[in-house]
Amino acid sequence: MEWLAILLDVIPLALLAGVVGLDVVSFPQAMISRPIVAATLGGALLGAPEAGLVCGTALECLALESLPVGASRYPEWGSASVVAGAVASVGVDGGRFPDVGAFAVAVVVGIATAWIGGWTMVKHRQIIAGFARPRLDQLADGSRTTVVGLQVFGMTLDLGRSAVLGGLVFLLARPVAAFVNARWTVDEDLSRAIIVTSVAAVAAASVWKDFHAISGTRQLFVASLALGTLLVIAGV
Amino acid sequence: MSETGLDNPALRTDTVSMPVPGDVSPPPMSARLRASILLRCLAIQGSWNYEILVGNGMGFCVEPALRGLPGGREGQPYRDALARQSVYFNAHPYLASLAVGALARAELERVPPTRLERFRTALCGPLGSLGDRLVWAAWLPACSLVALLLFGFGWSPLGVVAGFLLLYNAGHLWLRDWGLRAGWQHGLRVAAAMGHPVLQHGPRYIGRVSAVLGGLALPLAVHRAIGGQEPLSPISMGVAAATPVVAVLLVRLQGRAEGWRVVLLLLAAFVLYSVVR
Repeated sequence: MEWLAILLDVIPLALLAGVVGLDVVSFPQAMISRPIVAATLGGALLGAPEAGLVCGTALECLALESLPVGASRYPEWGSASVVAGAVASVGVDGGRFPDVGAFAVAVVVGIATAWIGGWTMVKHRQIIAGFARPRLDQLADGSRTTVVGLQVFGMTLDLGRSAVLGGLVFLLARPVAAFVNARWTVDEDLSRAIIVTSVAAVAAASVWKDFHAISGTRQLFVASLALGTLLVIAGV
Repeated sequence: MSETGLDNPALRTDTVSMPVPGDVSPPPMSARLRASILLRCLAIQGSWNYEILVGNGMGFCVEPALRGLPGGREGQPYRDALARQSVYFNAHPYLASLAVGALARAELERVPPTRLERFRTALCGPLGSLGDRLVWAAWLPACSLVALLLFGFGWSPLGVVAGFLLLYNAGHLWLRDWGLRAGWQHGLRVAAAMGHPVLQHGPRYIGRVSAVLGGLALPLAVHRAIGGQEPLSPISMGVAAATPVVAVLLVRLQGRAEGWRVVLLLLAAFVLYSVVR
């Protein structure tokens, strides 16, 4: 019965990871695959949207660094974030925030899965190329069936790739998160601060690197950073 | 101009030295055809691969328009045009709709194939460069920062997700639709459309706004993510002091180590430490 309960969690989550992974490149690139969206959906699916959102915010800070440009290999944040959001929900019991052990594991799992996901995307593209190669003559002949068939094949494969990745990683990561949660020893507030500081530093560095070449942006960034800090102190 | 490739002769001299079908007003694109092409444009990268990149996707998107060629789907003009449009192509996925509109019109106007192929090749560079600068390097990070700001202001999960998706996709869908209409409108003179102020100056203005958004969003988002601690508590002060220091280190590491890899190692070690100590 326990396995049935696990499957009932894993199957919808794998499907969600598939749909979100499809959004990264294949269809429709509406950015439901951004961590802040995908992790929230992953957490919501297991009844903890707030935990998913907090985890998604952490991963979003990291995703700011990697631009999904063309043929380059980049982390696949979509299915990874769904899994991370779901892992962050482990142990959440009516509370709004993820337990700190699960939060740490979720961020680590999210990054590692995004890294593996980037590799699977490269393989996915190679498989499509292998599928297309023997059909290049039909493409050169203007075969509509081949054109449509290639699109459908590519998208179906991408859906399957993301779903399998998401399902497998969640199956492995959930017990790890529960184990870590139960044995976490470092002070909760300090732990959360360490996790958040590390991801926020990446986000700050990314904003600086992305925009510092545009005249005036350095001053704007520093001034608004000061204003944002004042807003926090003022309790806004 | 050279950065975007708009000075490519195939996009300029070719269209002024020769009679261009795009000089006359184009026939209106039916709502059904426009919807069909737009929907397909959302899947333009469905078969992205290292052999022909987005080439097959281009053929897939242009295909509904090609049915208007003499003989329809069964005619030789349709097959020839589909074959031409399904070869190697590369562009930013959103701005590819500009090429789709222009090429669909050119095919229906029976522009000579050699000229079409030259034009098609010339479009790749500019559409990739303009799209990457505007969307991946400007609009997407700006919308992400808005989402972080909404999170920092204490919005609910639904509010943050809906706010981000509505804002991002307003720009995303507008760009795809504008590209298709502009491509159809300008035909082979599409270089004129690529001079649109949003494409040329958008990244600079969005960059400035993003700098402000980033500065505001980070302290607020961090504050909420650490559990809304007292702003002057040791934990909050520690985070406020450590974050810029680590950020400066990461900026200095530029090119040698990506931040997410550093965080992966750091947090994995932290998890191990907390569990086994």
